[in-house]
Amino acid sequence: MKTVFVTVGTTRFDELIETVTCSEAAKALKARGYKRLLLQIGRGSFVPDADSCPELKLEVFRFKDSIAEDMKQADLVISHAGAGSCLEALGAGKPLLVVVNDKLMDNHQLELARQLHTDHHLLYCTCSSLTETLKTMDLSVLQPFPPGQPKTFANFLDKVVGLK
Amino acid sequence: MFLFAVLALLLPVLFIYRFYVVVKTGLRHQPGRKGSVSVLVVAGSGGHTTEILRLVESLPAAYAPRHYVIADTDKMSEEKICTFESWKLQPDSQPQYTICRIPRSREVHQSWSSSVVSTLNALRFSLPLVFRLRPDMVLCNGPGTCVPLCAAALLLGIMGMKKVLIVYVESICRVHSLSLTGKILYLLSDYFFVQWSSLRDKYPKSVFLGRIV
Repeated sequence: MKTVFVTVGTTRFDELIETVTCSEAAKALKARGYKRLLLQIGRGSFVPDADSCPELKLEVFRFKDSIAEDMKQADLVISHAGAGSCLEALGAGKPLLVVVNDKLMDNHQLELARQLHTDHHLLYCTCSSLTETLKTMDLSVLQPFPPGQPKTFANFLDKVVGLK
Repeated sequence: MFLFAVLALLLPVLFIYRFYVVVKTGLRHQPGRKGSVSVLVVAGSGGHTTEILRLVESLPAAYAPRHYVIADTDKMSEEKICTFESWKLQPDSQPQYTICRIPRSREVHQSWSSSVVSTLNALRFSLPLVFRLRPDMVLCNGPGTCVPLCAAALLLGIMGMKKVLIVYVESICRVHSLSLTGKILYLLSDYFFVQWSSLRDKYPKSVFLGRIV
């Protein structure tokens, strides 16, 4: 079943959860063929009812030890701008839409999301433009984000400490 | 009295001279020539720990023993480290690692002034730890805990007891600006790695090898 996984990490981001479950957003997702909407809502106080969007099969949870399995099963990830969530989604090779919380003051976490957007690894919007983005976005423009190469670090270090 | 005044004047000069020598000569120091490199690995918490373990994973077996330092408020890291090390362990060999705890020097969002106090407090624990272990190298990637540990490692060199290489890897999250810890360690480290070219351009002493974690 084509699944959208929404994750807010350890934060609270009620506005995102409210927007993505509103009927217009749900319709946009359905029009794209998504059937299931899985929400990780963290410390948020807004908990949508399971029957609040009849278009989609809605599931909600707060936290899990690992969301790796949910990432793996997702066909689209919608995430807050947290670096951990962004890197996890890109590491799993999933199309990623980052929703910036413009109510939060600028923090360094945004730096990474912005750069990854500039380099075409993810799409980027705010809550007010989310529904529009879901309608018009083109996921085919996204480039894969290659994993880090710790071996180049090890080779460099071997040389400078005199092991090689 | 005169002798005292001369001493009081000489000691700081000597200290600064030694500091300069130790920081400047790090790039010529090659502890690996003796066959192995003991490493003090500063595991921060959460994401920091995951990232540094990926770096340690890439290092050959010659980087041993490995002494992991974790903050005493960190519950998850110890488990991650034990899992990682037992996976790395060759059959029929002894574990090559230890885990040590020190008080956390700075919680996220803690104010500057109280950070100074708790960093000084952490230094009380870092000094005996580093002086006892005397590692060849300190490897760290950003949690505040690494500042007092690197300061202790530096002091070993300043006192002429041992030159400890300080290797710092800035997080992939930092694209245009260094973290607070990064700004401090840029001055003290021997090898300073950044993962975005924009940072390398701003900080010419840094090493840029692309994304490494």
